[in-house]
Amino acid sequence: MNWLNTIFILALAYAGVFLEASFDLFRNLLGAQISLLPALMVYTSLTGGIGAVALLAACGGLWLDCLSANPLGVSILPLFLIGFLILRKRDLLLREHQFAQSALGLAAGALCPLATLFLLLNLGASPLLGWRTFWQWVVGALAGGVLTPWFFPLFGRLRRAFEYPLLQQSSFRPDREIKRGRL
Amino acid sequence: MGQMLKKSHYLFLILVVLLVVVLLNLPTPTAGKLKLAVSGLFLPLFGLAASTHDSLARGADALVSRRELLRQNADLLASNQVLNLQLRQAAEVWRENEQLHQMLKIPPQKPWRLRMGRVIAREPSTWWRSVWIDLGSRDGVRANCAVLTPDGLVGKVQIVGDNRSQVLLLGDPGLRVSVQDETNNETGVLMSTSSSPRENNMLDLEYLSGTSRVRPGDRIITSGAGGVFPGGIPVGRVVDAQPQENGLSTEGRVQLFADMGALEEVWVILP
Repeated sequence: MNWLNTIFILALAYAGVFLEASFDLFRNLLGAQISLLPALMVYTSLTGGIGAVALLAACGGLWLDCLSANPLGVSILPLFLIGFLILRKRDLLLREHQFAQSALGLAAGALCPLATLFLLLNLGASPLLGWRTFWQWVVGALAGGVLTPWFFPLFGRLRRAFEYPLLQQSSFRPDREIKRGRL
Repeated sequence: MGQMLKKSHYLFLILVVLLVVVLLNLPTPTAGKLKLAVSGLFLPLFGLAASTHDSLARGADALVSRRELLRQNADLLASNQVLNLQLRQAAEVWRENEQLHQMLKIPPQKPWRLRMGRVIAREPSTWWRSVWIDLGSRDGVRANCAVLTPDGLVGKVQIVGDNRSQVLLLGDPGLRVSVQDETNNETGVLMSTSSSPRENNMLDLEYLSGTSRVRPGDRIITSGAGGVFPGGIPVGRVVDAQPQENGLSTEGRVQLFADMGALEEVWVILP
């Protein structure tokens, strides 16, 4: 994974956090807001390196906390831990398969709020908890499962649009070369 | 090579944990300033969203028929006349009230200085209820200023930047409001509740006395106790109230007047 892909990921995280704060369609329709960050972290950890994972966790978490009433920094660690765990085991995962991507997205969408809640409670904060929270957790997990497989073709297209096209393999084969003798 | 990779993974883990520990231990004012600085990155997008919203609204305005505009104009003129009459009456009551205050040597209430702001962002996380508005210290906004709509109380200002502020909404666990029943002047505290997804505007009314006379349908207003919210701001209407099993206190639920899910423009009471 190159820097261009990391920049695309950060740009999408930036846009995602902004939309989360200003776009009310899902909030009004489902009664819960959808977060792109867990799904994006699954994509990053399956395709990128630890640097990209740390950068996405730090930037995405910080941006989210700045627009929220969260204690500053509380969203960084859950995101990073999800990326870190997937990155450590990604050779064992069937990451090319949509089902695996979806299952990881679902797990990330479910784990990220739980880890954040764990941190908040340990910090002595008293966040809103109730049926509404449970509903948001369910919607968040499902959103993670649905969104993650979409990121792979999306970033693939973006990369292809900005990078030099791959050189087509030549039909020339050195072992079939006709050696000419002296005329 | 594998060992190197493992080492770099743990190095990043340590760095991230260190960053989080530092951020979480920042003093509140510093964290607030950092929040304002980082959220400034989103200002171009907020501006873009606001101008798009304005353009769409202008486009929608252009589609309203002349007959509809004339009808609205006539309605507004009629309501303006009624409001003018009420204003004269209110001014007279205000003057009389001030005279009585002077006679009783009670400090008179200050009239509210209001400033309208637009909601530019909402709480992106699940755990809190807050919004960002486009008013800041340049507009005279200070921390703890009360925020309301024509329907009723909305919340209070939490963080103040130069040109934007974060408002904690009613229902946020960090915001409790001292309120009173307009009918019988009983006081209680309004706080967040664990509501269902569709009950966005319902809050708990607690710390009422065991023999409370609060009844469903009563109007709830701010009591003015605590000094953050001026007294008399309408808050909501009691939905139900039941004494606790031990009989020491009564708890109820209040339906807020202001619709927290549809806030677009709010008024800030300036100090």
